[in-house]
Amino acid sequence: MPIKSYLAHPHSGKKEELIQALSSIEQCEIMPAQNKDVLILITETEDKVEEAILKEKLDTIESLKLLAMVSGFNTPQNN
Amino acid sequence: MYTSLTNRRKFIKRMAMLSAMTAAATMFPGILFADEQEKGIPNNANLDWKKAPCRFCGVGCGVLVGTENGKAVAVKGDPKSPVNKGLCCVKGYHSIMALYGKDRLTKPLVKKNGQYVETSMEEALDLVASKMKETIKDHGKDAVSIYGSGQWTIPDGYAASKLFKGCIGTNNVEANARLCMASAVTGFLTSFGIDEPMGCYEDIDYADVFFLWGNNMAEMHPVLFSRLLDQRQKRGVKIIDFATRTTRTSKASDKSILFKPQTDLAVANAICYEIIKNGWVNTSFVEKHCNFNKGLTNMGYGLEDNYKFKDKPEKIDFAAFKKFLEDYTPEKVEKISGVSVKDIKYMAAYYGDPNKKIMSLWCMGMNQHSRGTWINNLVYNIHLLTGKISTPGNSPFSLTGQPSACGTVREVGTLTHKLPHGVVMNKKHREFAAKIWDVPVENIPSKPTYHTVEMFRALDRGDIRFMWIQVTNPMVTMPKLKRYRDGAKKEGRFIVVSDIYPTPTTDIADVILPSAMWIEREGLYGNSERRTQHFEQMVNPPGEAMSDTWQIIEVAKRMGYEKQFYYKEETHIEEIYTEYRKHHDNKKHNMAPLEVLKSESGVLWPYVDGKSTKWRFNAKYDPACSNGEDFHFYGKPDGKAIIWQRPYEPAAEEPDSEYPYWLNTGRVVEHWHTGSMTRRIPVLHKAMPHAYVELHPDDAKRMQIKTGDNVKLTTRRGEIILPASINQRGVPAPMQVFVPFFDENLLINDITLDSFCPISKEPDYKKCAVKVEKA
Repeated sequence: MPIKSYLAHPHSGKKEELIQALSSIEQCEIMPAQNKDVLILITETEDKVEEAILKEKLDTIESLKLLAMVSGFNTPQNN
Repeated sequence: MYTSLTNRRKFIKRMAMLSAMTAAATMFPGILFADEQEKGIPNNANLDWKKAPCRFCGVGCGVLVGTENGKAVAVKGDPKSPVNKGLCCVKGYHSIMALYGKDRLTKPLVKKNGQYVETSMEEALDLVASKMKETIKDHGKDAVSIYGSGQWTIPDGYAASKLFKGCIGTNNVEANARLCMASAVTGFLTSFGIDEPMGCYEDIDYADVFFLWGNNMAEMHPVLFSRLLDQRQKRGVKIIDFATRTTRTSKASDKSILFKPQTDLAVANAICYEIIKNGWVNTSFVEKHCNFNKGLTNMGYGLEDNYKFKDKPEKIDFAAFKKFLEDYTPEKVEKISGVSVKDIKYMAAYYGDPNKKIMSLWCMGMNQHSRGTWINNLVYNIHLLTGKISTPGNSPFSLTGQPSACGTVREVGTLTHKLPHGVVMNKKHREFAAKIWDVPVENIPSKPTYHTVEMFRALDRGDIRFMWIQVTNPMVTMPKLKRYRDGAKKEGRFIVVSDIYPTPTTDIADVILPSAMWIEREGLYGNSERRTQHFEQMVNPPGEAMSDTWQIIEVAKRMGYEKQFYYKEETHIEEIYTEYRKHHDNKKHNMAPLEVLKSESGVLWPYVDGKSTKWRFNAKYDPACSNGEDFHFYGKPDGKAIIWQRPYEPAAEEPDSEYPYWLNTGRVVEHWHTGSMTRRIPVLHKAMPHAYVELHPDDAKRMQIKTGDNVKLTTRRGEIILPASINQRGVPAPMQVFVPFFDENLLINDITLDSFCPISKEPDYKKCAVKVEKA
């Protein structure tokens, strides 16, 4: 069950739009910076297949300029 | 160790979040995450937010602590604090969790027939006082001692000094800051005649170039380091990491220059050589404001008991200093240090450029050094020769590691030779202290007794029979630890330990006193930039835990010193601080009134005419300057700073055929010193659960060692087995290894060496010889 964290950079002036877009995705948890144009994105998926599908979905978000992965963890499914 | 996490996935998400926050803080200095800061706050919470300086490290970040129903439930950076401007590091964000570890000490424990038995605080304090009186009667005043720390609040240290030096009449008062800051103190005293940095953190906003001398700021002072990165983003400043090991700081710097251990002495002299050779000396500044001195050399390393050394300063002139530096041409120093001629000239050119403002920063790399005083002097030499000092952005700056190493140990003076104002050797200083303390001046002995290493040697020998240890963990931190642990356990020794959790030091105690921690009592800390900060009591301590200040007062009263310890329980902090201020009632060191500290995020001393002094010795900013010149180094009788002739000398123990590697020890970002608090914070403990040994990849490959393999380290003091770490967080140079000291289960100090700087008496934890083998 992969858990990954990213720094999500919005296009100029699109931070709120990006927050809305990511908040609507079930596997995503976000924490926007209070004073900078960046947000932390934590993704939690069941397996690699679901993760790949999620990644494709993220790539279609227009307000997202760049997604930089910071860390990745894999945990046993029963936890 | 306590770990309470039951939901592994939740924990891992939290780890992922923290990793991202750390990365974001590096990329966006000053970044704030309000959600994270307010996480854990109950819904509909009606929190009472109060300010405090952070409990960890010497940066002195301002935090806001949220309490509800008598419990601290949230913490966030204080946006009003000029130190951190709302930012915290991972330790700061989790600081309140250190209050609530499951195994907090809540009851006094007394050892009876080898077992600890719970007792009442009244009985425990009676026992401490009676044992101290009995020891004095049987063995004399100098058989009792107190060993505190840079985590003592100002009132803690003041009460300890007054009781031991003023009332009992022994100078057996020391603190663990001897192990981390003593070389900075003697560096200041020998160069300027007065302690602590002339500048302040605001220098960061003006400097063009930052030289980090053996200082892994990214891990040890992350909030200040983020201010450097912020300035790079805004103004394009340069950060140059000058170190023996590649660290997170090296990777984030513009340039990383590695030198062989101990040879920073030679490189600093080479920089001075280049400054003079190229005509970069600020001649008018040097002529008006500097003298030249040389001292004794070949001082030894303090390895033998009762080692004594006293320097004999001798005046020299500029020509003699210039001649001395001929031994330190870049070409000669390249051979000693491994630093290329090009890099030496690169560093010198920045220091010599009259259009660049320079800040030099250092901490343990220069202080835990067998020639610690000398290397401090040498960096001051560079700033004095170029006149780059005591002006905004031109600042040699010694950082501290503990929240009140400056405020308590250096300013209150909880070291054997010190008084709150001045030193015990000076009759006038003794008279001044005795008057404020209301004790006969004859009570205060005129000779210092034992510095820290010698104090533990005296305990081993039996010269000291009673030791009270507060807020520190010497059974993890003392070098050549085994000797001092065995010594403390000998028959006829009585050890009292005041702490908040069980540690290897409480293991050697005859009496364990549970202490109140941080915001469980009122107190004051003083940080690296001369900032004094007040915090009030926000929650009650658990069980019978009591502040260290009040423990000392209770014992003092039981010993018959009610007159001197007249303080009332409800107002004792204010009474002590008001009394303490009298010791510094002058323009060079005036402390702000308590009401000012209560209303502001701390102020910088000297606090004169309602204002902090940001740059000392500069007449434009410092009201204590009185010589009519632009600068006045008033710590010295003639108002001039000293440029010291100090040579390169090797370390006490260097690698040889039997022990071919250098062993370096230090800290990690997740843990506060010995980990007794941070290892009880699950997220920090899980992030860094145990110590390790870093090796250079080439050495590891040659020995067929991979990350996680067991490695045996052997020195002349003993051996230890640790898991290997290769190309992980830090990378030592070839034929060097690094081990962090936070892990009480893997005590690296069992094999370190107790050599020290003969002037500061601060041990060198960074250098000894070690054999490395795959276990």
